[in-house]
Parts: sequence; structure tokens; C-alpha cells
Amino acid sequence: MDVPETVVLEQEQEEEALISGSEAIAVACKLADVDVITAYPIRPYDTVMQYVAKLVANGELDCEYIVAESEHSQFEIVKHAAAVGARVFCGSSGVGWMYAFEALTVTPALRLPVVAMVGNRALDDPGAFGVEHNDALAVRDLGWMLVWVDTAQEALDTALIAWRVAEDRRVFLPCAIGCDGAFLTHSQSLVRIPPKSKVQKFLPRYDRGDLLLHPDNPITIAPQVNEDWLMEIRKQTDEAMRRAKGVIEEAYRDFENTFGRVYGNPFFEEYQTEDAEVVLVGMGTLSMPVKVAVRQMRQKGKKVGFVRIRWFRPMATQELQACLSRFKAVGVIDRDFSLGSPYMSGVLANDIRSVLYSASARPAVVGFICGLGGREVTVPDVRQMVEILEKAASGEPVEPTYWIGLRE
Amino acid sequence: MERSYAVEIVYRGIFQKNLAKNIARGIVLAARREGKVGIAFGRYGDSPERNGIPAKQFAIVAPNEEILQESMAQYEPKEVDVTIVLDDTLCKGVESWAWYGLQPINKLLKPGGTLIVTSLLEPDELIKFIHRKPYEYNLAIVKGAASFSGLWVYKDDHTDVRVLGAVARVAPEMVSLGSIQQMILREWKNELKATSAEKSYSRITMRKVLPHEGNPEEPYSFVLPRWYEMREGIAIPAIPVGGKYNEEGGFAATPNPYFKKFSTRTMRPVVDFDKCVKCTLCWLQCPDTCYNVTPDGYYDVNLDTCCGCGVCEAVCPVDGCITMIHETNFTDHKSQWKMWKQDKQAYAKWVDELRRSRPPRSHGFQYRGQYEKELASIAEER
Ligand code: SF4
Ligand code: SF4
Repeated sequence: MDVPETVVLEQEQEEEALISGSEAIAVACKLADVDVITAYPIRPYDTVMQYVAKLVANGELDCEYIVAESEHSQFEIVKHAAAVGARVFCGSSGVGWMYAFEALTVTPALRLPVVAMVGNRALDDPGAFGVEHNDALAVRDLGWMLVWVDTAQEALDTALIAWRVAEDRRVFLPCAIGCDGAFLTHSQSLVRIPPKSKVQKFLPRYDRGDLLLHPDNPITIAPQVNEDWLMEIRKQTDEAMRRAKGVIEEAYRDFENTFGRVYGNPFFEEYQTEDAEVVLVGMGTLSMPVKVAVRQMRQKGKKVGFVRIRWFRPMATQELQACLSRFKAVGVIDRDFSLGSPYMSGVLANDIRSVLYSASARPAVVGFICGLGGREVTVPDVRQMVEILEKAASGEPVEPTYWIGLRE
Repeated sequence: MERSYAVEIVYRGIFQKNLAKNIARGIVLAARREGKVGIAFGRYGDSPERNGIPAKQFAIVAPNEEILQESMAQYEPKEVDVTIVLDDTLCKGVESWAWYGLQPINKLLKPGGTLIVTSLLEPDELIKFIHRKPYEYNLAIVKGAASFSGLWVYKDDHTDVRVLGAVARVAPEMVSLGSIQQMILREWKNELKATSAEKSYSRITMRKVLPHEGNPEEPYSFVLPRWYEMREGIAIPAIPVGGKYNEEGGFAATPNPYFKKFSTRTMRPVVDFDKCVKCTLCWLQCPDTCYNVTPDGYYDVNLDTCCGCGVCEAVCPVDGCITMIHETNFTDHKSQWKMWKQDKQAYAKWVDELRRSRPPRSHGFQYRGQYEKELASIAEER
């Protein structure tokens, strides 16, 4: 049999492979022995479904692989499969994710641990394939956990963690993994693939307990309710999201013990922040140009650092506040927009402002909207942002929001 | 008028919705003739309505906008000056299609307030159904059967204006008969209706109800759980599978402990077991699984859960075996099969009397031309 080189066979030892972010997610599906996977093509997510299809065709992954007739059905099918006790995976991008929106909104309150990959893509119109985070961010208030990854390795590891957290009885919430279109989904890098035996140790069987929809456990789920019930149901979902934070920490500790790969603080990564005076904050693959720029500027003596947020929901409010209130100025890079929002900033910038509001020492916060529609965030862009931050740090007046990399 | 007035209209969902709405609007529009302000609204939780399920409309009238706002700060009134009941079977108490337990019909009525009921019964006959209040209130009767007037297939029988006439009588500070009549002429442009309001104003039967009068039963209630007491994932446990009817066998379904449904009923099936051929059809066809199988193979209605739809009467193949009888003929939910087992002769006599006296049905007609005949007698009375 002609086995494609990227396909991962059962192995006892960790192995290294050159794979894309999308492929890393597909490999995670195989390692997690997912039961039901639904698909509907849209770029850049479709690369995941292609890799999954290949794994199924090669007999490496035994799952129900259903190509639905639309994203709405795609997400409804996994929702229902999760209700009957199946470990599930699906994904989408841009307007495809938006087409599934009704299914997305009903999933958290039913406490169904759907794990999804969002290949971040600009929302139409105009039709564009490049990355913007507005697609995944649209569910930010609804009870979906949202995490952004930076590398293919992190995509694989985070997918395993996502099932572990989502399927934890204390949580039972859906989780979307944001993967930047093109930069992550379509570029191959070296990834260490753990043996399945270790994954099995890390990821226990999904046990739905007394919430399992099964003839032996007769229950009704998703009834119509009135004002006497809804607030209590919302509070339950809120409490699950609050508990998720501790469960995420637990999962990362266990991940480190099982696989030996250390992520440290699960919620955000700090890069050269120890003595920094100004920092940039962002999510996803923009970390690469930002880190390069930070290194270059440090060589010139600038005290600059970078904080990359992984978990956007739940947000680690206290930890982020403690971290960011150490600096004089914080620049938040949004690969998204929130038109008409406070300061006409992006979604992340406004959340960070809110995180810092109760801090005793409040740094200046500047929003940078940058890299929309797949435009690159370049090293000169980052330098420009840091210059603005330095002004803000020294008390000079600056705008609350800048569009960076815009033809002006 | 110094304060605001609240009126509650309790009616049968869907069937009486327009009638209730006409009354609520009529009160506000008539009070407007006197320079007052008001709001008329349906209880949102009752919507979308279900056939026959008890539902509510409200009318609030106030001397000015500020006082109106104060009384509307609590959207659904906690107490009312007048409760209007458009079907006397509702006097046994109401259970909304949401889960509230059974509410006495006079639950919101203030001390000294008035319960207006459209009924063919005398006040003394009605009081035995109505739960007791710790204080005095008034009962007024507008003579008439439960009306479907306002429902598109039913013709106008003036119930709306007759009730409005009664409202003017019991709460003249809120709205006068003159204003009601002006409003009728303006809105309906119908002098006969204005006359009906006036006749009703003078003809209603009224009586005080004292604290010791009425049904002494505690209505069953349902305590809503706290958020952390509820099962997560909006998962509701199924009603457990039923068991034996009694020690000797048979089968009884487990009723829903939270929603009994009987307050939807205006008629109940009465089974003549001597005629039953045990064909199973009533048991099979009842949409609410109300029939339990007795050890000797008969079918006994659970009257806590029966909504009175009449399907069993329609499917029973034996003439006169199941008969729907108006609910005001009963004060309890006793098992008919047990009554029959205890004394077959007495039971036969009871069934015969109920059938022969042919109390009016709550809705629908028993023969062609009944409506025309009834209308003629209403006109005659005028
Ligand atoms: S009237 Fe007959 S069919 Fe209808 S609910 Fe009652 S018992 Fe069942
Ligand atoms: S439908 Fe009539 S005859 Fe048949 S079992 Fe029921 S009561 Fe008896």
C-alpha cells in the first residue's frame, strides 16, 4: 500500500513529521479516536476535512465521517452525536461558520462538548480567503470556549487539551480552536506526534453520565421554557465557563506530565516581558513577526515585550491584569474589527481595556487594527506600533486606535 | 379617581382570546372617554396559546401617566380590583401551560374586590368551586354560558359588552356606564350592543363572599428549583414508566407531577361501565394517556390529567358508553371505576341522571340549529 508520507502510523515512540496546522488537527482527531466527524468544504478549513478523509480512507481512523449538505447541518449533527455520547469534531471558516450560527448558539446551553476548528477567514463581502478573527469571535458571548494557536504543534496539542476540557463533566462546553488561515492552516512545520498510548492516558473516555441521551436513560433535552427557567439555565452555563478556567489549568499540568512539553501559563504566553516598559498583545500567528521585531528592537535597547493570548474565552482576567498592569503602555493588535465599539477599537483591545479598568496601576492602552483579510503583519508595522506605544508611555497624546499597514 | 385600577380577565386560550381582548381594550378605551389613561395587555407567558388552556389579559386604568407607570413597574399585576372569568369552569382554579401549580381563580383579588363570572349557575352553586379567601370579596354573575364570541367562526352574542356593563356596575370609579356606552357607539357603532351593556349593568346578580365560604382545599403548588438544583444541560428526566393499577394488576401510567392539565377541562368523560365492550379504543386514542387499565380489563380515566378533549367519547363504538358532561356537575376527581365497583346500581343511576339532565355542553353544539335556537331565546329575553 502506498502510504502518503504525512500519514501517521501507530507508533510507540514520539515521532517527528512535517505537517501543516490543518493536518496537525486531523492527526489529533486520529490520536483522540474521535467517533463522529462532520464536514462541509470551505477554505481554509477544508484542508482539515481532506486530511481526515485520507486518514479514514487509509483505515487509520475509524469514525463516522459525514459530509453534510451545509455547515448548519454539519454542526447540528455533531451536536446531536455529542448528546448520545460520541466524541466529535468539526470545523469551518468565515461565512461557513456564520451559516452554522443557529447550531452554534444552541450548543453551549445544552452543554455539548463539540470541539471545532475555525480556520479563521475574513467574512464576505468582499469574498476573501485571508485571515481575520471576526468569524470565531462572533460566538464570544455565547458559551463557546475560544482558544487561538500559533503553530502546528500547538494546534495538535491544543486540540487534545480541548477535548479533555470540553468533555470534563465540570465543563461540558463546546470549544473552538482558532487557526489563522494560510499562515497556520497551509504551512507545514515540524511537529512532534505523541504515541497514542500516551494520548489515551491523557484523554479519558467521554462520559456523559446522567445527561446521556439514551433509551436506558430517558430524558428530554432542549425543551421550550419561559421566563421562570431561562435565567437559571443561563447561570448554569455561566458557572460551567467559570469552572472551565480551573479545568484548563489542570489539563495543561497533566499535559506537561504526560507528554513532557511545557506550555507554562496556559492562558497566555509572555515573551521578553520581564523588564519591558511597553508590550504588544495579540493572538495567533502574528506572534512570529512580532517576536522577530521585539528581538530586533531589544538589540537597539528598547524595552519591549509581547504577550500572546491563547485562551480568549474563558479569559484569565486576574492573571492578565497582574501581567499587563506592570507596563507603561499596552498595544493590542486586533486581527479583527468591532465597528462602532468603544474607541472604534477591535474586540480584543476593548476586552483588554476592560481587564485593566480595576487595576490600581493602569497602563495606557492603544488599539491596533492590523493584518486584516490575510494582509501580513510586518516587522516595520510592529516597529510603528512600538513607536506609538513609547509616546503613550511618556505621556504624549496618542489616538486610542490606529489602523496599521493601511495604504494612506 | 385617585389611584390606578387593575382588571384581570381569565379566559380559555384561543377560544376566548378575542373576547378577552375586546373586554380589556373596551375598559381602557371607555376610561379614556373620562380623560384617564390605561394599558391593555395579554400575559406574554400564555403565548403561544393552547386550546382551552387558562390564559389571562389585563387592563390597567390610572388617572394620569405617572400613576400608570407606577402600577406598570410590576408588569404583571400582583393584585387586582376586578377579576373577570369568561368560563365558569375556571372557578375551580387555573394552571397555566407554564408550570405554576394551580392558582385559585380569586388569587389576585383584593379585599372587597369583585369576581365577575359568566355563568348559568347561581352564586351559591359557584362558590363551592372557588377557593376560600381570608377576607371578604364580591361575586357578580353575568348570566350566560361560556361564550366563543369573537372567535372567527362564532357569531356575536354580546358577551363582551355585557361584561363591560357589569364592570361599570362593580367599579364605577374606574369607568362609568355612560363611558362604556359612548365607547361602544364609537368603536362598534352598534346601538343594540350599547343597550345590552345597560341591561347587563342592571341585571347582574351580586353577593358578598365571606371568608368561611368556598372550597377549603389547598391548591397544589410547585416550588421552582434554584439554579444549582436543576439538572444541567437543560435535561429533563422522563416521567417514569407506570405500574400496576392496584395490587390485583392492571396498568396505570405515571402522571406528570408538575403539570396536571385538568384546569383546561370544561367537560369530563363519564364512562358507563355496564355498556363497555373493552374494545381499548378510548385507551389507545386518548392523547394524554389518561385511561388506566383496571385489573378486570376496563378503562378508568385519571381525572387529574384529563383535559376534556372529547376524543374518547368520539371513538367509543358503543352508543352512550362515554358521555362528555359539563365540569360544573362535579366537585371531585374520584375514580369512576371504583364508584362503579362499590355500588353498580347507584352508579348506573348517577350516570343516567347526568345524561338525562343533559347539562349544556361547554362548547360545540349537540344538534343542527341549536345556535339559532339559543340566539332566538337571547333576543326574546331582551
Ligand atoms: S376527554 Fe377523553 S380522550 Fe380527552 S383527555 Fe380526557 S380522557 Fe383523554
Ligand atoms: S371505547 Fe368505550 S367500549 Fe371501548 S373500551 Fe373504551 S369505554 Fe369501553
